[in-house]
Amino acid sequence: MSCIYVLWLRQLKRYTRSRSRMFASLGQPILYLLAFGFGFGPIFQKAGQGNYIQFIAPGIIGMTVLFNSIFSGIELIWDRQFGFLKETLVAPVSRLLIMFGRTLGGATVALIQGAIMFLVCLGAGFRPLNIHALPAAIAFMALIAIMFTALGTAIASMLSDFHGFQLVMNFLVMPIFFLSGAIYPLASTSKTLEWIARIDPLSYGIDGLRGTLIGVAHFNLGFDLAVLLVLASVLLGLGGYLFSKICL
Amino acid sequence: MEPLRLFRVIEVRNLTKHFGPIVAVQDISFEVKSGEIFAFLGPNGAGKTTTIKMLTTLLAPTTGKITVGGFDPTKQPHEVRKRFGIVFQDPSLDTELTAFENLDIHGVLYKVPKQVRIQRTEYLLRKFELWDRRKSYVKEFSGGMRRRLEIARCLLHTPNIIFLDEPTIGLDPQTRNQLWTQVKRLNEEEGVTVFLTTHYMEEAERVADRIGIIDHGKVVVQGSARQLIQQTSSQTLEEAFLSFTGSAIRHEESTSLDRMRNAAKLFRR
Ligand SMILES: Nc1ncnc2c1ncn2[C@@H]1O[C@H](COP(=O)(O)OP(=O)(O)O)[C@@H](O)[C@H]1O
Ligand SMILES: [Mg+2]
Repeated sequence: MSCIYVLWLRQLKRYTRSRSRMFASLGQPILYLLAFGFGFGPIFQKAGQGNYIQFIAPGIIGMTVLFNSIFSGIELIWDRQFGFLKETLVAPVSRLLIMFGRTLGGATVALIQGAIMFLVCLGAGFRPLNIHALPAAIAFMALIAIMFTALGTAIASMLSDFHGFQLVMNFLVMPIFFLSGAIYPLASTSKTLEWIARIDPLSYGIDGLRGTLIGVAHFNLGFDLAVLLVLASVLLGLGGYLFSKICL
Repeated sequence: MEPLRLFRVIEVRNLTKHFGPIVAVQDISFEVKSGEIFAFLGPNGAGKTTTIKMLTTLLAPTTGKITVGGFDPTKQPHEVRKRFGIVFQDPSLDTELTAFENLDIHGVLYKVPKQVRIQRTEYLLRKFELWDRRKSYVKEFSGGMRRRLEIARCLLHTPNIIFLDEPTIGLDPQTRNQLWTQVKRLNEEEGVTVFLTTHYMEEAERVADRIGIIDHGKVVVQGSARQLIQQTSSQTLEEAFLSFTGSAIRHEESTSLDRMRNAAKLFRR
């Protein structure tokens, strides 16, 4: 267990020491929050959908967690390139534990980034419905974080250099974000988009966040939670398996 | 001589490794006795790193048998891993962490009890003249300091064997000299067995009790520097090396041998 802790701590130290990363990975979500939130706000309101900032804030928080977790997972490529990975792979410790330690550390970093984004949203005028629902919202953020850090780790385990990174961003992360209902209500989109959202893991995370923070859920909170728990376990298992198969 | 010396820490029998059509290591056999400094001497691409990877559980052999510390790396990797420390050919430190933190993570991964970890970290950092810089980030360290830190780290869990894969590559002659002095002293003081690879003949001759010359994936000959020189009635290890690996040099090989010769000359200065 202490090896999980020490690898978790390592991820956190690397994060707190790199201010540039902290800000860089908040820039994009903040831009989305402002451009979409204030840009589409009036139209959204006219269409009778209510306050758009209220609607989009959980989506933007989910986006922050998504981007940061995928990035945390993909960071494995850096460790491979700069060599630290070798040090962990010859240690007399099961690779599964090493993967769990890294993943929990990466997920924690993503969760902190999500919490910072939550505060930014408050600054932009977002008001959660019920402050007592906050722990439940944090739980949803944590599940999104674990799920996608594990996915990032799984992908990074198969890549040996940075070339595939852009591919992952463009063909996986961006679609996961845009198709999840983070920026538009699933209830009013086409049947096709709604159906696609159903196979997007992030949809359930965003839905859970919206349900807990503004009391509007497209699916059902219990269902969201169940889906996320299953997906997080499956991806942890897959990530652990692929990580243990890494050949240097 | 102490009886411990007779114990074979590393035994390799008919070891072969193929990468698709490439034969990186071809039917090699050798053994390393406890407390010995054994050097694999050979040009780039000879198969030194591949052999180390197989000995250290990172790569499965195509055929052949290995025991390290009495265990088979393919069957009981954790038993083997507990018993060796390694300095890889390429860097393996976390440069965003401090020197101390790098050692501490290592200690935890190898389950060194906290008290011992703290004591031994201080002992090793002092020994390798890094104690004053323990709170500095590794990214601020020079190549020589990083190498020393890696050697200190690989000794933290008091392994029986350490593998040093071309540890002096890219270092200036003074730093190299100091590094080998420290390695030799550790070998004498702690009795740790050292398996090192190098393509500098001077280094092999100076530090190793026994040398195995490896070329094109094959161990051509092994023995002490003096034995190798005597066997070939040469004056120097370099001459001996050439007579074992053939001075009728094939074209592509000449460049790497030339580089080795020049490097050896440079080191002698
Ligand atoms: N993963 C690999 N895939 C294919 N060929 C490899 C791989 N690793 C090493 N080789 C080849 O095996 C040979 C021996 O390499 P290596 O053990 O690294 O040599 P050395 O460490 O003595 O310089 C070289 O020809 C190298 O190109
Ligand atoms: Mg090598």
